[in-house]
Amino acid sequence: MAMSYDRAITVFSPDGHLFQVEYAQEAVKKGSTAVGVRGKNVVVLGVEKKTVAKLQDDRTVRKICALDDNVFMAFAGLTADARIVVNRARVECQSHRLTVEDPVTVEYITRFISSIKQRYTQSSGRRPFGISSLIVGFDFDGTPHLYQTDPSGTYHAWKANAIGRSAKTVREFLEKNYKEEHMESDTDTIKLAIRALLEVVQSGGKNIELAIMKRDESMKILVQEEIEEYVTAIEKEKEEAEKQKKKT
Amino acid sequence: GNPLKTACSDGDGSERKIQFLHGTTTLAFKFQHGVIVAVDSRATAGAYIASQTVKKVIEINPYLLGTMAGGAADCSFWERLLARQCRVYELRNKERISVAAASKLLANMVYQYKGMGLSMGTMVCGWDKTGPGLYYVDSEGNRVCGDLFAVGSGSMYAYGIVDSGLKQKDLTVEEACDLGCRAIYQATYRDAYSGGQVNLYHVHSEGWNRVSQSDVLLLHQQYQAEKA
Repeated sequence: MAMSYDRAITVFSPDGHLFQVEYAQEAVKKGSTAVGVRGKNVVVLGVEKKTVAKLQDDRTVRKICALDDNVFMAFAGLTADARIVVNRARVECQSHRLTVEDPVTVEYITRFISSIKQRYTQSSGRRPFGISSLIVGFDFDGTPHLYQTDPSGTYHAWKANAIGRSAKTVREFLEKNYKEEHMESDTDTIKLAIRALLEVVQSGGKNIELAIMKRDESMKILVQEEIEEYVTAIEKEKEEAEKQKKKT
Repeated sequence: GNPLKTACSDGDGSERKIQFLHGTTTLAFKFQHGVIVAVDSRATAGAYIASQTVKKVIEINPYLLGTMAGGAADCSFWERLLARQCRVYELRNKERISVAAASKLLANMVYQYKGMGLSMGTMVCGWDKTGPGLYYVDSEGNRVCGDLFAVGSGSMYAYGIVDSGLKQKDLTVEEACDLGCRAIYQATYRDAYSGGQVNLYHVHSEGWNRVSQSDVLLLHQQYQAEKA
């Protein structure tokens, strides 16, 4: 039947959909949330850490990956698919350094990753990658960037964005609370990312993994204590705001 | 016997590569205000002067120049191919290609043909966001960054002039152009395989421009008059 044929491989349906790509996007929506914020001098990626089984080693579950000294990424969706994409991107970062004698720009590596994803929506016998990714970093000239890619192979630049489960809720929170002036401060940028994640993550700071990169520095994954510090500060600010509201 | 075989074999009968004569003098040097590129314009086939009006500077794009030494066909073909690559880079990345990257593209292109008889000794000169750039690339696979290069049969004479002229720091554009011109002239004076005209280019932050084209015989009279 024509309908079941459409769903098996990536060909157009009669009304212009690529069902496999859309199903891949559904797979992404089931993945754990990731949020990215682009500040003026710092870029932040945060992911929801799923609670780990008692006997499992916590450190082997890393959803934020460095692609090079100046770029790193987080993803939502099929972890195994992400591994392939991350590997290819890492090799391309080095190839670029070899042929052009310069580090990649965030836009270049995003374009590269998107091209790979697009190719898999047009090859026979292959399925699309089931991941969306948030790619952040600084270019050689110091400009910060945040890009999002999705299984169809499109990419867009963002000031702040979220992917995965509850992405819509988080994005609405970001739209309401993103203030250009706050992005000048590193602390405020980081706090925005954490506050956004706290909206959807159960049981607070324990289930958040956060990585930041300041201009001309390499990526830093925050330890649990540092995250707890921010969470405590955020909760305090929330209390103050509530008290103010009650007073007036 | 077979005349081609005799031409291509050594005394003991083993095959020998066809010798291209690198009859030329090309030079380029960096200075405070960019890069000066100066070349002669003579093409020789053995002892026969095939042309006195060869364009040995290839305009890759408005801010990149390449010089020609060795096989003329090899140089112009590969540098035109380089121009195409540079343009594609510009379109894809929305910014100009760096001199380092352009020279690397050229070097990698010809490296695949190493040992197959390509003959090309070129200098890739330009200005990019890191300032003036000058790279020497040849068909052997060499690629070196430097402040001064002279390539061809007349290169040694040119080096003598430029090395002594660059002793004073901070040349003005005019002084640098005169130096480049003089260096090529002196090379054409002593080297039989160099001659014709001196073509002079200056590469600066806005791109390159053709400074002058001077016939060496006229230059000779001019310098002789100055001596007197």
